[in-house]
Amino acid sequence: MKIVNVTHGSFYALGAYAASSITGALLAQGMPPSLSYAVLLGSALLVTLVVAPLIERGILRFMYAKDEVVILLITYALFLILEDVIKLVWGVNPYFIAEPYGLLGSFDVLDLTYPYYNLILVGVAIVCGAGLTWLLGSTRTGKLLVAVIHDTEISRAMGINVERMYLFTFTFGSLLAAIGGAFTAPTVSVVPGLGVEVIVLSFAVVVIGGLGSLPGAALGAVIVGLVRSATIHYLPQAELFVIYLVMAMVLAFRPRGLFSLAEARKI
Amino acid sequence: MSTDRTPRTLGLILAALLAFGQWLPQWTLFLVTIALAKGLVVLGLMILLRCGLVSFGQALYYCIGAYAAGLLGRLFGLSDVFTLMLAGMAAAALAAFALGFLLARYRSIFFGLLSLALSMILYGLLVKTEALGSSDGFHVLRTTLLGIRPADPWVRYAVLAAAAVAATAAALLVHRYLATPLGKLAPAIKDNEIRVEYMGASARHAIHVKYVIAAALAGLGGALAATTVGHIDPEMAYWTTSGEFIFIAILAGTGSVIAPFLGALVFGIIQTVAFDVSPNTWQMVLGSALLVVIVFLPNGLWSLFRRRKAA
Repeated sequence: MKIVNVTHGSFYALGAYAASSITGALLAQGMPPSLSYAVLLGSALLVTLVVAPLIERGILRFMYAKDEVVILLITYALFLILEDVIKLVWGVNPYFIAEPYGLLGSFDVLDLTYPYYNLILVGVAIVCGAGLTWLLGSTRTGKLLVAVIHDTEISRAMGINVERMYLFTFTFGSLLAAIGGAFTAPTVSVVPGLGVEVIVLSFAVVVIGGLGSLPGAALGAVIVGLVRSATIHYLPQAELFVIYLVMAMVLAFRPRGLFSLAEARKI
Repeated sequence: MSTDRTPRTLGLILAALLAFGQWLPQWTLFLVTIALAKGLVVLGLMILLRCGLVSFGQALYYCIGAYAAGLLGRLFGLSDVFTLMLAGMAAAALAAFALGFLLARYRSIFFGLLSLALSMILYGLLVKTEALGSSDGFHVLRTTLLGIRPADPWVRYAVLAAAAVAATAAALLVHRYLATPLGKLAPAIKDNEIRVEYMGASARHAIHVKYVIAAALAGLGGALAATTVGHIDPEMAYWTTSGEFIFIAILAGTGSVIAPFLGALVFGIIQTVAFDVSPNTWQMVLGSALLVVIVFLPNGLWSLFRRRKAA
């Protein structure tokens, strides 16, 4: 959509907070732990469907005519606001829910212990990625979306309901962020500042991959993950900036990222 | 717009600051000096913004300036505020000259994100460098002014005076620069770069020059902030610092070289008041202020003055 959305980090944090608090509360009520995975997903859905349309309809939709960079700043402003809203709603104490993580136990790969839960994470990611590829490439909605991205005015003239596409895209994108947050929540302690960490990292991922490219984003995420773990293992001093180093290197040689899309120049 | 009022206005502001600065309470002096320092950084950002480039890594040069100033004091015992400012400026400009060869090729969001990556690399390096105090940073020597050690109650005023002089000089120079052919190329680059090339001008060269100027200003601001606060840490290169600068730039608008300083002052006041009134939700206040400005004053606070003049 040509929107660089900083609020995405907030949705990640929102997803994590909603998932850990709702799951935690239900577990305390005596819900069987095996249901907690569905609850994780459900809480991500719930929080996005409430907050995302509110933001899109209430604020963002008046802003699309503005410059890309101004939109980025608007989402940055919203991010600042949501950061404090999260603190107001959930307080500043960390949340833990270990049940979904502990329930599955772990298995051994060679002499490393590897938790089954991480396999679920990988599975969720693959399902989301595949679903999104299918949605964008093979459905009517996806094709309309590509048209809208390419030229909003012509799309509107062709009778596409552009407003609804924007709403749908924003909500759907935010949902993915919230799902990411919700399923990561059991592996970490959910604390304020979660969104700040993840948003810069995900910018690095999409820039490495090429903005707007799905395979690029997937590859970028794998690169970032591998490089980061390798660095933590071999050269812990460099952990903080290695991702940015990779990003700078990729941009230096492929100025628009690895899988950059060809773009029509308007003279 | 028949006569150019900017130099006169700048002169008046400088005179007022120098004359009345000594009676201001200490905390206001601090607030104003920091606003001047940040205003300098934003002045540089404004030059880039005029050609449609948003640097999310201006904190890189802010931090370089601050560390250059701090290191001069630490290694050579230098503490003269003008020397430190010049050193900060020179260090930042040098770094920008080298990096500019790379960055001048990028536009729009890629320019922003690449500059962000560069500043985060510096942040990561500084946090892990124990000789420079890692994440705690280190203290900067007590400021002197042209070899004189001002008495305690006067230090803040002395720094403010130095900052005001430097900021006025920088603003005047930038004002002059914007009127030169190279300076006037900025809106053209923003509108349509291909046509700029058809006219025979090199957009890349122009951007490189602007980038170095912007960095020099950021270095100056960083050195000034270092001497004012008396302490520097890697946080100065973190992306939220850059975000703050862009915030101020949007708040202020790009209408005049005075706007960045006004914006920085307003930002400082909002931040201080918000901290004071609601310590837990100051980010919300800032975010809302930014939204309100973007929605109701698309050209920044500066447009308030414009409108009044027109009426």
